[in-house]
Amino acid sequence: MRRFLSAFGWRHEGAANAALLGLPALWFAGLYLAAIGALFVTSFWTVDSLSGNLIPGFSFTNFQQLLADPVYTRIGLRTIGIATAVTLTDITLAWPVAYAMIRLAGPRLRAALMAMVMVPLWSSYLARVYAWRLILAHDGLLNWGLKAIGLPGLHIGYSNWAMWIVFSYLWLPFMILPVAAAVERIPPSLLEASADLGAHGLATFRRVMLPMALPGMVAGAIFTFSLTLGDYVTPMLVGGEGSDFIGNVVYSNVGVTNNIPFAAAYAALPLGVMAVFLLIARRLGAFDAL
Amino acid sequence: MQTAKQPIVQLEAVAKSYGAAVALAQLDLTVYAGEFFTLLGPSGSGKTTTLRLIAGFERPDKGRIMLDGQDVAALPPFARAVNTVFQDYALFPHLTLVENVAYGLRAKNMPKAEAHAEAEKALAAVQLADFAGRKPAQLSGGQRQRVALARAMVNKPRVLLLDEPLGALDLKLRHQMQTELKRLQHETGITFIYVTHDQDEALSMSDRIAVFSQGRIEQIGTAFDLYERPASVFVADFVGSSNLLGGSTLLRPEKVRLLAAGAEAPENHAAQPGVVREATYLGAVTRYQVALADGTSLNVMESNALPVGERLRLAAGDAVLAVWPRDAARKIGN
Repeated sequence: MRRFLSAFGWRHEGAANAALLGLPALWFAGLYLAAIGALFVTSFWTVDSLSGNLIPGFSFTNFQQLLADPVYTRIGLRTIGIATAVTLTDITLAWPVAYAMIRLAGPRLRAALMAMVMVPLWSSYLARVYAWRLILAHDGLLNWGLKAIGLPGLHIGYSNWAMWIVFSYLWLPFMILPVAAAVERIPPSLLEASADLGAHGLATFRRVMLPMALPGMVAGAIFTFSLTLGDYVTPMLVGGEGSDFIGNVVYSNVGVTNNIPFAAAYAALPLGVMAVFLLIARRLGAFDAL
Repeated sequence: MQTAKQPIVQLEAVAKSYGAAVALAQLDLTVYAGEFFTLLGPSGSGKTTTLRLIAGFERPDKGRIMLDGQDVAALPPFARAVNTVFQDYALFPHLTLVENVAYGLRAKNMPKAEAHAEAEKALAAVQLADFAGRKPAQLSGGQRQRVALARAMVNKPRVLLLDEPLGALDLKLRHQMQTELKRLQHETGITFIYVTHDQDEALSMSDRIAVFSQGRIEQIGTAFDLYERPASVFVADFVGSSNLLGGSTLLRPEKVRLLAAGAEAPENHAAQPGVVREATYLGAVTRYQVALADGTSLNVMESNALPVGERLRLAAGDAVLAVWPRDAARKIGN
C-alpha cells in the first residue's frame, strides 16, 4: 500500500502536492481569509442605537465617524508611530547581537547566546510586561537605581516612552533570529573580498552586510511592526491614561460599547498599513531571495 | 627574465597554528617583482594559509611578512597593496558587474563616474564589456572567473594573489584561462602568487614553484628543476608520475623504452627483463605497467610517434626488455 501510494505520488505530482498542501490551504482559505472577509463586510454595517441590534447593509458611517473625530486619528498615528519606533530600535539592537553570535562567537558561546535570546519567550508575556511595570514605575527599580548613583529620577512609567521600551524588549527576539539567519547566509569570503578591495569594517557593513541582510531585517520588521500594531495589553498595563492603541479602541467597542461594526472598521486600518508596509518591502527587493 | 631581481614579498620565519594543528612551521619564502610564482601542494599542506597570510586574512603566530620592504604582518587586509582572486570568486551578488569591479576604486574614494569608467575598461579587457549591467548570478562559471580577475586587477595591486582560481572550471576552459592569465601577467607586469594543487597547471604557467608538504616547503625551483632534479622523494612523487627504484632512485616513465624480449640493450643503457601487466592506449602515448624480473613494478610511457607499422605493439602477458639510459635514473639527493 505504501509502495503504491509512493508510486502514485511520483506519477501524479499534482495529486501529491494537493495531498500535502490541502489541509493548510483549507485552513488558510476557510478560516483566515473568511475571517478577514467577514471583518471587511462587517465594517460597512451599523448598529441600531436603541436596540443594539446589528443592521447589515452598506454604509460609510463608521469610516466617517473615524475620520471626523481627531481622537481616532491621534490613536492611529500613535499606534503606527510607536510600531515604527519599536521596529527601528529592534533593528539597531539586533545587529550587534546577531553579528557577535554568528561571526565572533565560538560554537559554545553561540549556543549560549541563542539560549539567552530564546529563554524570555518561554515565560508568560504578561509576566514580562508586569515585570517592566515594576521596573519603570515611579518608585520602581529604575528610579531606585538612578537615585542610588545620585541622578534625578525619570518619570516615564505609564507613558509612550514606557510602551516604546517594553515593546522593543518584547519583540527583540523576533528581530534577532531572522537577522542572525541572514548574517549566517552571507559567505565569509564576501567580507574578506571587501576588506581585500580596501574597504574598512564600517564600509563593509554598509555596502555588503546591510544590503545582503535586508531580507532578514524585513522579515524581523514584519514581526515587530505587526505585533506592535495589533497589541492592546501592553498599552493597557504600561501605557496608562491617554495612551490607547487601535487595539484598545477595538477592545472597548467589542466588549463595552458592543459596536462590532465600528470596531471592524477601525481594525481594517492596521491591515491597510501592513499591506503598504509589505509593498514597500517588496519594492526594496526584500523578497527577491525567497 | 627580470634584470635586477628585486624582492617584493618576503616571509621570514613565519609560523601559524590553529589550536594544536600546525599549518605552517617556520616558513621562509622570497618572491621577486614580476614573477609568476606558484605555491603547489596537496590540500592541507599550508599553501592556502601562506596566501591568506600575505593577503592579511590570517595573522602569523610569529615571523615577518614583508611587502615591498615593509613589514605588513600587523596591517589589516584593506591596508595592504595586494588583491585576491578567490576560489569561489566571492563576487557581490547584490551588485552589478560594473559595481563589483568598481568596488575597490570606490573604497579608495574615487568619484563614482571615474570608477565606473575604469571598471568598464577592465571588463572590456576580459571580454565582458556587454555584461556590465548584469548581476553575477546571470553569468557562467568562466565569466564569473573573469569578473573576479578584473575586480582584483583594476586596483593595480603590487601583488595579485590567486587561490585555485581555475578549480571550478572544466578542462578546456581551464586551459584557455591558463593562457589568458599568463598573457595578463605578462602585459601588466604584476607579480602573481598562484595557489594550486594541480601540478600540470603549476608546471605550465610558473616562473618558479614552491612545493609544499605538511606546512613546509620541500623545494623551490623552476618546472625543469622540480621535474628533473627533485630534492626529495615527495617532490619526485608529487610532480609528474614516477618510478622509485630501490626507494630513492627516480626513473621517469617516459625515459624507459620497451624492446622485444631477447633484444640487445643499447650502449650506456641499463636493461631489465620483465612482463607487461597492463597496456593502456592513450592516443599520443601508451602507458604500460611492467613487472620486472626482480619483482618491482615499473610504469612506462611510450610515445606513439613512430608510424603504425614500425611500432612495437605490446599486450598484457608479453615478455619485454625494459631499457633506459643510465644517467636517466637519478638518485634523489638529500
